[in-house]
Amino acid sequence: MSFGAISVASGLDVWQTQFLSLGMFTGASQFALVGILGTGGGALVAVVTALLLGARNSLYALSLRSFVTTPHRPSIGRTMGQAQLTIDETTAMAIRYPQGSPQARHAFWATGIAIYVLWNLGTLIGALGAAALDDPRTLGLDAAVPAGFIALLWPRLRDRSTIALALVSAAVAIALVPVLRPGLPVLSAVLVALVAEHLMARRRA
Amino acid sequence: MIWPAVIVGSLGAYLLKLAGYVIPERVLDNPRLQRLTAILPIALLAALVGVQTFSTGSAVTVDARVAGLAAAIVALALRAPFLVVILVAAATAAVLRGAGLAP
Repeated sequence: MSFGAISVASGLDVWQTQFLSLGMFTGASQFALVGILGTGGGALVAVVTALLLGARNSLYALSLRSFVTTPHRPSIGRTMGQAQLTIDETTAMAIRYPQGSPQARHAFWATGIAIYVLWNLGTLIGALGAAALDDPRTLGLDAAVPAGFIALLWPRLRDRSTIALALVSAAVAIALVPVLRPGLPVLSAVLVALVAEHLMARRRA
Repeated sequence: MIWPAVIVGSLGAYLLKLAGYVIPERVLDNPRLQRLTAILPIALLAALVGVQTFSTGSAVTVDARVAGLAAAIVALALRAPFLVVILVAAATAAVLRGAGLAP
């Protein structure tokens, strides 16, 4: 629901909003795309940021190969459907069960289909609701966008180093706001993440 | 430019998911790449929080969104669900603006 409302408040129409929930179907990327478009960040930066956020789904897919896939070669159609449902929640549910077990497969598909239907219904309700309002800003919907991002970030802040990474990334991006074109400061997070990865690798060595 | 962004973004996000199933395992089986992919969402989401709270266009600003963010953090610390966190932030900003306490 919140995605639909925020997307429409950011300037997308109901069709574009629904297309994202049906086609993109990965929350953080969807919020990033509409958030950046809504603040004048430009289409290219919006797409790049959304895809960088979606890259983790590739790794989920990689680990789900052994968890959800049957021993014999799966059909192309099944793999294509499985790919679309590969997100945080379905991965978390599937890997609770033994690799390749029927329970893992069942958990993946049941969670995936339920979330897909509910996410799209919620999007539609939120989008239609927001489309009926005149001025989203007076309702604080511009404050809802960063609240959505912090809510997506919160469960990933597991220890001191992830909190430090988050604070540095936010500070660097804010510092670059007056210098770079709108939208671009967010991409500085890629450099911060590269440096952080380098430091983590050195500490491990 | 909204439709192209919506279509290209959706297609790209789907291909990233599909890539994890069809690309040979050893291509993605790189510890550095895996670590980077794991921490990238943290850095990007934090940068989005910062920029979308503290800026308007090319200006660094402090307005009702900051109070909204603070309220969201309190709600998260109290384990409120996603929709509640967002409603609390929006309501906080709206009330402050309505009372003329923040731009």
